[in-house]
Amino acid sequence: MNGTVLVTGASGFLGRATAGALLTAGYAVRTLQRRPGGVPGADDVLGSVTDPAALARAVDGVDAVVHLAAKVSLAGDPAQFAAVNVGGTRALLDAARDAGVRDVVHVSSPSVAHAGTALVGVDAGPADPVGARGEYARTKAAAERLALAADGPDLRVVAVRPHLVWGPGDPQLVARVLDRAARGRLPLLDHGTALVDSTYVDNAADAFVAALRRLDVTHGQAYVVTNGEPRTIADLLGGMCRAAGVREPRWSVPAGAARAAGALVEAVWARRPGTDEPPMTRFLAEQLSTAHWFDQRRTRADLAWTPAVTVDEGLDRLAHAVRG
Amino acid sequence: MSGPTPVDGLPGVDPRDSRVLDVPAAPGDRGGDGPGDAAGDAAGDATGETRRWHVLDTAARLAGLGVEPVGTLLAVHGNPTWSYLWRALLARTVADAAAGRPAWRVVAVDQLELGFSERTGRRRDLAQRLADLSALTDALGLSGPGATGPVVTVGHDWGGVVSLGWAVRHPEVLAGVVTLNTAVHHPLGDPLPAPLRLATARGVLASATRRTTAFLDVTLALARRPPLPDEVRAAYRAPYAGPAGGPHRRDGIAGFVADIPADATHPSRPALDEIADGVARLTVPALVLWGPRDPVFTERYLDDLVDRLPHARVHRYVGAGHLLAEEVPYADAVAAFVAEEVAPSVARPGPAGPSTADLAGRTDGGDAAGAAAPAGAPAPFVPLWRALDERADDDGPAVLDLSVRRRGAPLTVSWRRLAGTVRALAAGLDAAGVRRGQRVQLLVPPGPTLTALVYACLRLGAVVVVADAGLGVRGLSRAVRASWPDVLVAAEPGLLAARALGWPGRRVSAVGLPAAARAALGVETTVAGLVAVGRVRLAAGLPLPAEPGADDPAAVLHTSGSTGPAKGVRYTHGQLAAMRDVVRDHFGIGPRTGLVTGFAPFALLGPAFGTRSVTPVMDVSAPRTLTARAVADAVRAADGRVVFLSPAAIRNVVATAGELGEADREALGRVTTFLSTGAPIAEPLLAAAAALMPGAVPHTPYGMTECLLVTDVTLEGVRAAAGAPDGGVCVGVPIGPARVRIAPLDEGGRAVGAAATTPGVLGEVVVSAPHLKDGYDRLWLTDREAARDVSDAEGARVGAGPRWHRTGDVGHLDDEGRLWIEGRLAHVLTTAVGPVAPVAAETAAETVPGVRRAALVGVGPAGVQVPVVVVEPEAGSSLARSRTGPLRGRSPLAPAELVAAVRAAVGPDRAGVPVVAVLVADTLPTDVRHNSKVDRARLAAWAARVLAGDPVRRP
Repeated sequence: MNGTVLVTGASGFLGRATAGALLTAGYAVRTLQRRPGGVPGADDVLGSVTDPAALARAVDGVDAVVHLAAKVSLAGDPAQFAAVNVGGTRALLDAARDAGVRDVVHVSSPSVAHAGTALVGVDAGPADPVGARGEYARTKAAAERLALAADGPDLRVVAVRPHLVWGPGDPQLVARVLDRAARGRLPLLDHGTALVDSTYVDNAADAFVAALRRLDVTHGQAYVVTNGEPRTIADLLGGMCRAAGVREPRWSVPAGAARAAGALVEAVWARRPGTDEPPMTRFLAEQLSTAHWFDQRRTRADLAWTPAVTVDEGLDRLAHAVRG
Repeated sequence: MSGPTPVDGLPGVDPRDSRVLDVPAAPGDRGGDGPGDAAGDAAGDATGETRRWHVLDTAARLAGLGVEPVGTLLAVHGNPTWSYLWRALLARTVADAAAGRPAWRVVAVDQLELGFSERTGRRRDLAQRLADLSALTDALGLSGPGATGPVVTVGHDWGGVVSLGWAVRHPEVLAGVVTLNTAVHHPLGDPLPAPLRLATARGVLASATRRTTAFLDVTLALARRPPLPDEVRAAYRAPYAGPAGGPHRRDGIAGFVADIPADATHPSRPALDEIADGVARLTVPALVLWGPRDPVFTERYLDDLVDRLPHARVHRYVGAGHLLAEEVPYADAVAAFVAEEVAPSVARPGPAGPSTADLAGRTDGGDAAGAAAPAGAPAPFVPLWRALDERADDDGPAVLDLSVRRRGAPLTVSWRRLAGTVRALAAGLDAAGVRRGQRVQLLVPPGPTLTALVYACLRLGAVVVVADAGLGVRGLSRAVRASWPDVLVAAEPGLLAARALGWPGRRVSAVGLPAAARAALGVETTVAGLVAVGRVRLAAGLPLPAEPGADDPAAVLHTSGSTGPAKGVRYTHGQLAAMRDVVRDHFGIGPRTGLVTGFAPFALLGPAFGTRSVTPVMDVSAPRTLTARAVADAVRAADGRVVFLSPAAIRNVVATAGELGEADREALGRVTTFLSTGAPIAEPLLAAAAALMPGAVPHTPYGMTECLLVTDVTLEGVRAAAGAPDGGVCVGVPIGPARVRIAPLDEGGRAVGAAATTPGVLGEVVVSAPHLKDGYDRLWLTDREAARDVSDAEGARVGAGPRWHRTGDVGHLDDEGRLWIEGRLAHVLTTAVGPVAPVAAETAAETVPGVRRAALVGVGPAGVQVPVVVVEPEAGSSLARSRTGPLRGRSPLAPAELVAAVRAAVGPDRAGVPVVAVLVADTLPTDVRHNSKVDRARLAAWAARVLAGDPVRRP
C-alpha cells in the first residue's frame, strides 16, 4: 500500500481516470465531488471545494491530494470562476496544511501561460493571470501560482498541465466535436493546419501519478504533459470523427473571421441571460487556429514517464467505445 | 589603472585597457619641421617635445592573469574610426589567455588627430604617420633597441596602409600581417572611388568632414549587416562629439581624407609606393580579410594585395562590407591565424619571419597531412594536355559537336587540328601578355572552342575559371567578382553582361564581332585572332613558355550553389591529372572507347583521356532538353562506348525513349559503360536507362565539385543493397585511391565526433583523395571548416589537415564498407530523440502510390523539431486530380488516407520516423542548376508557417 490519496473533482472525465490510475498503482483513493464519484473501490466524500467543512472531512488522514476540481467552461460569471478555481484551491491548500498532508499534485492547464500567439516546441512558461485568455485560464493561472507558492519543506506541491485531454467518454472536447460534426456544423479554421499537442486521458492520469511519485524532483515546478505527438487540428478532429463514424469537417472559414465572430458572440453572451455555452469565443478561435505544441524533454525526464497510449491507439479505443 | 578613462561606460571595451602616454615627438613632427621631412631627420629627442597618445593595451589585464604574452598584435584603425574598432580582438585574446591558451597582447592605437589622441593642429601625411607610429612603438618597447618582439600588425582601411608600412620598416620583430579591407596601391590615372571623389572635392571636404559629422556617419552606416546599435554608434562618435570638442576635433578626419594620394604629385605618393613595393617582399604569414560590399575599397584592391602577398590566407566574407570588424567575427579569424600560422614560426629560434619555402610547405598540408596522405606511391604526373601532344599527327576525330552543323555534317575537330589550335592559342595568349598564374574566366558554352581554350590555358599555366550559366546572371556576377579574373573570354551574351555589370578582366571574344561591337564591348581581341597570332609565332620558331608543374594552380571551378552560396574551388594540375586517371582507370576509358556526354566537367576531360568525345544535340545549360534520339545519334556519330549523363538528362532520355527507332536501339546497344553524373539516382530510373542500353554496365557514382568522384555503385550493386536494412541511398564503395570516413553527430546535429570507419554510425561524410580540391578560393575560413580530424577504426587520430574534406553530406558506412547517403548535414532534423537524417524517410514515403517525390523537414526549435513530410503528387494520380478545380485543393494538408499511408511507410516500424503531418505541394522547389536537389530549407520554412496556422498556399 502506497498511502491514501484524495482526488478532487473525481466525477469528471479526467478525475475518474485519475482515481482509477491511482488505484491501479496501489494507492488507497478517496474522492471529493458534488455528485457521487462512481469510482469503484474509492471512498466517496460528497461536497464542494468551496466548502471548508467538506474539505476538512476529505483531507483527514490522507497522505496526498490530486486537485482537479475546477470550473471548466468557455463563458460564465467571472465571480464564479474565481470562487471555484482560486478560492477552492486556496481552501484546499489550507485544509491540507492543517491536516498534515505532505504532497499535492495541482492539475493546471497550458492555457495559464498562453497569451494567444502560437506556441511551437516550448516548455512550460510561467503562469500569467493577466496575459492568459478567458476567465478559465486567468483563474487557473492565479490558482497555479497559489499552489506553487505553497510548496515548502512541510508541503510539497507540483503543478501539472495536461494539454487538450481526450478519450472515450469525454463530455468536453470529443462530445462537442462529434455533436457538431454530426450536424455538419464543425468548420475548420484556415483548413485546420495548425499543429497541436493533445493528451489521451489515461496518459494524463498516469502523468499525475508519476508527478506524485517523483515529488522529490518535481516539487515547486510546473510541467506541461502531452502525448508528444503533435497533429494538425484537421488531422486530430478528422481522426475523432472517423473513429466515431460521423462526417469529417469539410469546410473551412478564415481564422480572422472566426476571431471577429468570437468577439461579437462573447459580447452578446455577456448581456444575454442563460447559462449555455457560446458557439464561438476568441479563446476558442485562437485555440483552433494557432499552433500549440510543447517541448516534453524536461517533463519526461523529471517525471520518469512516457505516454503509454499513442494517438492512433487512443482513436482505436474511441472507436470501440462509440461503436460498442 | 585607476581614475576615470576616456572609454568608461562605452559598450564592449574594458576601461583597464585604456592608457594615455606622452611619447617623444617623431622626427618631422617638431617645431621647425615640415611634413614629409621625416626620412631626412635624425632620430632623437633633442627638443623634448612630446605627443599624447591614447591606446587600448591588454598588457595590464594579461599581467593580472599572471601570463606572459608570446607576442603582440599591433592594431591600427582607419579613418574615421578609433581603437574602439578592435574591442572584439582585445576581448578574444584576453579570453584565450584566461582559458590557458597562448597569450597575445593587443596594442590598439588611436592615431594622432584621431580618437582620444592629441590634436596637434598639424597636417600629417603618410610618411609622418609612419614615423609617429614608430615613435610610439619605440616608447612601448615593441620596436627599436631592446624590442622584445614578435609583432603581428593588424590594420583596417588606411590604418592597414600605416600598419603595413610599419611592418615593412620593422622586419626584425615582424611575425605576421593582418589586413581588413585595405589597399596599398592606387594605380595612377585611375579615378578615385566615387564616394571619396566627392569627399575630397574642395569645399565638400571641409563641410563633410570638418563642419559636420557626415563622413563619420556615412562610414558608420557602411556597417549594414546588422546595423550598428545606437550605443556603438555613440561610442564611435565619442571622441569627435560634444561641445568641448567642436569642429576642430574632427580636423584629423579631414586631413586623412585629403591624404589619399590620387595622383603622382601628391606628397604621400612616394611613401605609398614604397609600402606597396615593400609588401610584395614580405614573406611572413599574412591574413587578408575582405568585405566585398565596400563602395570605396573595391575588389580590384583585394586582387592587387593578393598579387603582392601570394602566400596570404585570404577570406572574403560574402555579404559583408567596409566595416568588417563590426559585421563578422573577424577576431576568431585573427586568433586562428595567429595560433596556426604565426605561432609555429615564432616558436622557432632565429628570425621571426619564416621563409617562403616554409610557407609553401605548410600550404601543402605540412607534417600532419603528410601522415594522412593516401598510401601508395603517387603516380608520376602526366599533364592533361599530354594526350593532345601525343596525337598531334592524328587526323581522326577528337571532338564532335552535334548541336553545330557544318555543310550538313556535325562539327568535327581532328586531333591534329585540336592539338595545333591549343598550341597556337597558348602562344597567342602568351603574346597577349597572359602569364602563368593569371586567371582566365571562360564564359563559353561547351563545345570545341571551350575545349581548346581550356587546354591552351592549362598548357600555358594560366588558371582556368569556370562558372556555368546555370548560376543565373546574379550568381554568375558574384562568382566572377569573387574570382576576379585577369582575362574574361566570352561569347556575346557574356560580353554584354560583363559590360553591363562591370565585371573585371581584359575582354576576349569567343566569336568574331564587327569592329563597332568590339569597341562597344571593350573587346581587345578574339579567340580566332589569338590563334592567328600564335600560329605566326610558332611558325617563327618562338617557343611556348615552360610547362607548369603538378603543384601549380590549374583551375577554379564554382560549386553549383545548390548546397549554399556558390564557392570557387581551386585545383592544381596534379589534382586534375589525378581526377583524369581515376575516371579513366575506374570506368575503363581508352583511346577506342569514345565518350558521349553533355555534362560539362566530363565533356572537357575527353581529350585528356585521349579518346574522341561528342556532345549530343541539347541545350547544354538545360540538361533536361536531352532526348533519347539525340543520345543515340551521338553514340552513332562517335562510335561511343561510354555515356555520361546528368540525372535531369536521364529522366528526359527515359521519358522520350518511345521515339527511338530500330537503328537507334542498335546503336545504344553497343554502349558498354553508362554513368549518371552530378547526383546519385534511384534504382527505377537507373534501370529504365539501362534498359535502353542493354549491353552497358550502369554506374551511379557519388561526388561533389570538391572531389568529383568519391564512391561508385553499379545497378547490380544498387539491387544488392536494396535487401540491406540500411536507410538512405547506397552509393557504393570508394573509387580507387579515394577514402571515406564518418564524423558522428551529437544531439544538436553537429558533426563533432572524430571521423572513423565504424559501421552503422550516422555522421558527416569526410573524404580524401589525390583528386580532392586544393582549397576554396579566397575562403580560408571555409577551408579550415571543411578540413577535419580523422581517426582510424579504433578511434585513434591518424591525421588531419586540408587533404581531408567535410562534404556536408550525412550518412553511414555498412559492414561491407558501402557508403549510404542520408541527406545534407544542414537538413538533419534535431528531434527530442536525437538527429534524424531525411533521405531514408523520403525514400520510404516515395513508395506510397501517388507520391512522385517527398521531402522530410523539421518544424520547431532545434532539439525538439518534429518531422513533417511534404509530398509532390504523381501527375495523373487521384491526389493530383483532387487538387485541381476552382475550390479544391486549397488546403496544403494531405487527405487522411495519404497521411495514414505515409505514416505507415515511414513510421516507427519502418524508417523509424514519427511523422506529425503530411503536406502536399504541387511541385517541390528545386535548385536551378541540377533541377534535382530539393530546396528543403525553403520547404521547412513553408511547413513551419503552415503548421503555425498561417494561411499560406504554396512553398
